[in-house]
Amino acid sequence: MAISAPSYPEKPPALELRFSATPVQAVVSLCCLAILVFVAWKLLNWAVFSAVFGTSGGPAACKAAAGACWSVITARWRIILFGLYPYDEQWRSALACLTVVVITVLSCMPTFWTGRRIATVWVVGATLYYGLMKGGILGLPRVGEEAWGGLALTLFIFVATCLIGFPLALCLCLLRRSKLPWISRTTGLIIDTVRSLPLISILFTFAVVLPFALPQWLQGDKLYRVMLGSALFFSAYQAEIIRGGMQGVPAGQEEAALALGLSYRQRIGHILLPQAMRNALPATINQFVISFKETSLVIIVGLFEILASGNAAYGTGEWTFAYVEVYAFIAFIYFVFVFSLSRYGAYLERRTSIGPR
Amino acid sequence: MQALYVGTLGAIVISGALIARQNLAAQGITSGFDFLFKSTGWDVNFSLLPSSANDPYWWFFVIGIANTLFLGSFGLFFATVVGTIIGLARTSSNLMAQLLGRAYVDFFRNIPLILQVFFWYAVITHLPTPRNAQEFLGATLTNRGFYVPALNVGAWPLAAAVLAAIGAIVAPLWLGRTAYLDRPVGERRTFQLLALAAGLALVLLFLLVGRAPNAPMLDIPTLQGLNLRGGLRVSSEFSALVIAIAIYGGAYIGEIVRGGFKAVGRGQLEAAQSLGLAPLKIFVLVRLPLALRAMLPILANQYVWLIKATTMGIAVGFSDFFMIVALAINHSGQTLEAIGILMAGFLTINLSLAAIFNRINKAIALKGNQLRG
Repeated sequence: MAISAPSYPEKPPALELRFSATPVQAVVSLCCLAILVFVAWKLLNWAVFSAVFGTSGGPAACKAAAGACWSVITARWRIILFGLYPYDEQWRSALACLTVVVITVLSCMPTFWTGRRIATVWVVGATLYYGLMKGGILGLPRVGEEAWGGLALTLFIFVATCLIGFPLALCLCLLRRSKLPWISRTTGLIIDTVRSLPLISILFTFAVVLPFALPQWLQGDKLYRVMLGSALFFSAYQAEIIRGGMQGVPAGQEEAALALGLSYRQRIGHILLPQAMRNALPATINQFVISFKETSLVIIVGLFEILASGNAAYGTGEWTFAYVEVYAFIAFIYFVFVFSLSRYGAYLERRTSIGPR
Repeated sequence: MQALYVGTLGAIVISGALIARQNLAAQGITSGFDFLFKSTGWDVNFSLLPSSANDPYWWFFVIGIANTLFLGSFGLFFATVVGTIIGLARTSSNLMAQLLGRAYVDFFRNIPLILQVFFWYAVITHLPTPRNAQEFLGATLTNRGFYVPALNVGAWPLAAAVLAAIGAIVAPLWLGRTAYLDRPVGERRTFQLLALAAGLALVLLFLLVGRAPNAPMLDIPTLQGLNLRGGLRVSSEFSALVIAIAIYGGAYIGEIVRGGFKAVGRGQLEAAQSLGLAPLKIFVLVRLPLALRAMLPILANQYVWLIKATTMGIAVGFSDFFMIVALAINHSGQTLEAIGILMAGFLTINLSLAAIFNRINKAIALKGNQLRG
């Protein structure tokens, strides 16, 4: 009696295989599709089709409508973006925000990826930002830090965190790799302590506690202390990332450099760091993305950044019901920045993983 | 050189502490840890443990740590559930499920956690009042928090029942692995079932013994006058934090789960298929254990991060450890001491979490060399 082999089904086309190869697959696909369509329709309907845009009707027109009330943004966008900055000078704040965007875009271009060029871009950009915001030169009226707010302040804290934090991270990393045991151990202890604490507690310490421990002439404005705290936190994480990158450089490289008689500075600057930074690039971008999101925490110590100004924009009087729209607007701003940065990081990761290492 | 470096750092720290002592003394605040035994004079809005304004500071710190751990464990649990679902969706062979998982991760990962905390808190505080609230599976969502049905059981029997329930899950797993039991693995099924049954029986026993007399087992919240009576009230702050941490952390854990499944070698799966295992068995016996091993170390990092994220409770007024420390600094002026306690607390939590995970990692690590690929 012959036993016939089971006949193999013909291979279905790719899309069919992945969409409805088996009945279970088809059901799962349909359910997911239904969820996607439902959510997309609900969102679109809320945000566009039955939403109110203009300010002509005021809050009353919004309450009657079923959808989103974008009138609150039209009415309050200046508070959300610029905070308490003087009304007539807000173009400066806008220009300053643009500067930050430009230096971020510039530092994403491979042309600027040498130590000197990227440092120039950031130092020039930060000086330009500071001059625009603070004023007092070239006939611009002076605006104190207490009046800075909104998106401009968020970006400022981000730029300052990177600008102070990155060199600090390099120092910490080199100190931790030092051959002298006491130096590497103390630095290691500092890095690990900072990393195990929540960022909020570090910001709080720098904003509220540090003034007790500093002499009067060293205290400075709360904004600058908070920036220092945030930079310290950033550098502790970034130092570990760079150290990881350095460990990825083959030991023979450093030995060869030693054999050539290069000095410590030349070994680090010309051989180790360039290769280490290439290894550490994806993780570094990721760290920048995280620290951009975490600038939102300075609201805890009472700085008037974009989230705080958003709370102020809906928190007063007539617009209290429109909190969803304000949060959606702020979330959108964060999303644009963070999403494009992280997509760029993913692109870099793909690009570097193909090329030779 | 070394002496100079360490000396400079030490000098900065010591001079800072001296100046702080001087400044505080000028305000009439003495340094030292005596304040721990004074009563606080203020109360917290959320506490698992009994608290009153007369309790000393050290008890409030204990309450804070308990609250942080409580919030953390709920947040981690739900984040893990969400993350597992998202991660599985992203690794599934189904195109639509992949798309859904990816949309979720891209959306929630790119919005700061604190914004999400504020958002959910605003949503909850704008819910209808208890009078107009909708009932949903016995639970009621109101602007004063969520009212859920509760068991009519005293605190201690309930804690004992929870412990027994954990035992009912852990004991069979332990029996399956331990070397103390002198039986081959295949014959351990009976012991495992017995342990499970014993654990469940203990749970029932504790619940029945600890039941409040003359009351139904399940206490369902009902409307009385302007407010809801009965049941358990989950405060708005707590639920906002748990929802935000679960959704945001879920997006990150989803990526970790995906990475774990991607790290499982193709050869392992093909070997399992060629042995003729059913798809479900391949998943349970081969893919899941291997993926778990790959993701555990990264998961431990993420858990430490999420525990630290509970400090955002201060944004909405949940009295976690950090908020209680901040309040203590405001009220007592013992700045340096309180910051020291904060550091010690978080170091302890993080180090013990790391130690637990290292232990698990070592226990489940594959012994010997594996051929991967």
